[in-house]
Amino acid sequence: MSSKVIHALYDDDEVLLTAVKEVRAADHHIEEIFTPFPVHGLDHAMGLAPTKIAITAFMYGVTGLSFSIWFLYLIMIKDWPQNIGGKPSFSFAENMPAFVPIMFEMTVFFAAHLMVITFYMRSKIWPFQTASNPDPRTTDDKFLMEIAVDGNESELTSLLEKTGAIEITVKENH
Amino acid sequence: MYTFSSKLKTFSIALVILGALGMAYGFFTAPKTTDEIKEMMQHAESSHEATVAEHATASTHEAVTNEHKAEGEHTTDTHDAHAAEHHLEHMLMQAQNRPWAAMYVAMIFFLLISVCVLVFYAMQRAASAGWSPVLFRVMEGLTAYIVPGSILILLFLIYSSVGHGNHLFAWMYTSIDPTAENYDFAMVTKDWWLNIPGWLIRSVIYVSIWIGFRHLILKNSRAQDEATDTKHFMKSFNYSVLFLALFLLSELFMAFDWLMAIDHHWFSQLYPFYVFSSMLVTAITIIALVTVYLKSRGFLPNVNDSHIHDLGKYMFGFSIFWAYLWFDQFMLQWYANIPEEVVYFMPRLLGEYQPLFIGMVFLNFTFPLLLLMNKTYKNKPWFLGITGLAIIVGHYIDVFVMIAPGTVGNELHFGIPEIGAILFFLGLFIFFTFNALTKAPLHAKGNPFMKESEVYQYH
Repeated sequence: MSSKVIHALYDDDEVLLTAVKEVRAADHHIEEIFTPFPVHGLDHAMGLAPTKIAITAFMYGVTGLSFSIWFLYLIMIKDWPQNIGGKPSFSFAENMPAFVPIMFEMTVFFAAHLMVITFYMRSKIWPFQTASNPDPRTTDDKFLMEIAVDGNESELTSLLEKTGAIEITVKENH
Repeated sequence: MYTFSSKLKTFSIALVILGALGMAYGFFTAPKTTDEIKEMMQHAESSHEATVAEHATASTHEAVTNEHKAEGEHTTDTHDAHAAEHHLEHMLMQAQNRPWAAMYVAMIFFLLISVCVLVFYAMQRAASAGWSPVLFRVMEGLTAYIVPGSILILLFLIYSSVGHGNHLFAWMYTSIDPTAENYDFAMVTKDWWLNIPGWLIRSVIYVSIWIGFRHLILKNSRAQDEATDTKHFMKSFNYSVLFLALFLLSELFMAFDWLMAIDHHWFSQLYPFYVFSSMLVTAITIIALVTVYLKSRGFLPNVNDSHIHDLGKYMFGFSIFWAYLWFDQFMLQWYANIPEEVVYFMPRLLGEYQPLFIGMVFLNFTFPLLLLMNKTYKNKPWFLGITGLAIIVGHYIDVFVMIAPGTVGNELHFGIPEIGAILFFLGLFIFFTFNALTKAPLHAKGNPFMKESEVYQYH
């Protein structure tokens, strides 16, 4: 790893997208990009692997469905059968329609919450974590591209200037 | 410009002829007299000893829905000859209804697909959607069947009501006079709505809304091709918005009149939305399949994977929406357990239609859910084809299960008359659709959103 990084600041997401393509075409490795909002197509332009969060969502959904089936069977059939509206209370199969809304909600609940938690963990966002973006302006209206410098500082700077960066700074890696 | 290949034309005409033969077979083999019914019953009784018990429960249900008051005595042990004769006549009507019901199912199925394609198209216009204009001409072509389909169904409804051609709609043979033999308590409160003149006038209004707005929107869409300003585009937009509002009203009452009135003792408030969700997902599936077909023939160079992907997403989403309404309608009535509501589910959930009623949930919900869940599968023609076929078959079954128990009776019949009717109307649908596709360029070049649609890329 090099000890220096170059920070290029952009003020437009379209300019940033073309810049990313140009930088990658010139065979430079982009470490990270900080944006105030998700930019469509950025992951594709950066050449990142497709997200696997959809797969985890499916697994969490299946977990939630299984949990709700077990949970409803336990409380409504096995442990304390209740006569609600004369519906069969000793058979899960015959009483199943009444449980479907709960099964559905549990599936959604598990999938949504666990997916968000997974995303936080994967993005290293947890309580008491300090912000890792190098420039606070990336939380407002600026986009920042971080590129590792490997003895080619002047070459990179001129390339980035050409792509429309409004500010270029070289920093020691920390 | 699309050219209707002679192979496909011959295929559609062959389907029409085959279908007509199948339907004719259904009409010729339908029993003519009560004696034939007696013979059939004896035949059935000897081969199905085990199902006798089921027949007994089924006839209790008939006592509720039947238009013949005397029918109720059937369940008691004292059969008098009069009641037995009535029962036979009733069975004869149901057997004679079968080819008519088969025709009605297929007729409604293909007409509503066409109407729902127009609705989907109007939604795209009303939302000023940027992704879909490259598909507009395909959708316009698919709406072509609305005109012949509506005329056919009007003729059918006139023949069924004024012409007394069949007994599909039992409410037409009831009376609100308490002394009459065919007195029906339920009709006392429904007679002001369900009467033949009003019913036919409303039917004409429904189809005129569909045909009229199709004409207006399409005329402006074609005119926009050569236009230099966006006047015609704005007109299509206005007509689309108006059509969506009027369509929803027409569909609401259409579902009540044409479908729900078959079981006229039963009612469900969300039935029209259920019918709509069912036909809308089928319509989107048909759009997707025809687009894939035309693209494979090289006629739609501007359609890319992202457009197909979006259609796949709609198929996926509306399949779930359908399942939600299917279950909603069932669960509320199952939980309330009121006799006049539960009666609808007796033949469907517990009777002979059970495999279809439950099976279609797998075809229409589980299958599309699992197959189309993955992002990368949504634009694979193979996956869309298999899922699309399941959706189309599943929703045909859906319409069949809506109509058949109330008209043909509690015993499930599926054979040559039903398949013949499907082939006949499928042939007509293919013929009119692909014929209409040749009438205008497949690329709606005048649409102001065309550029956006051409470069559309799903990330």
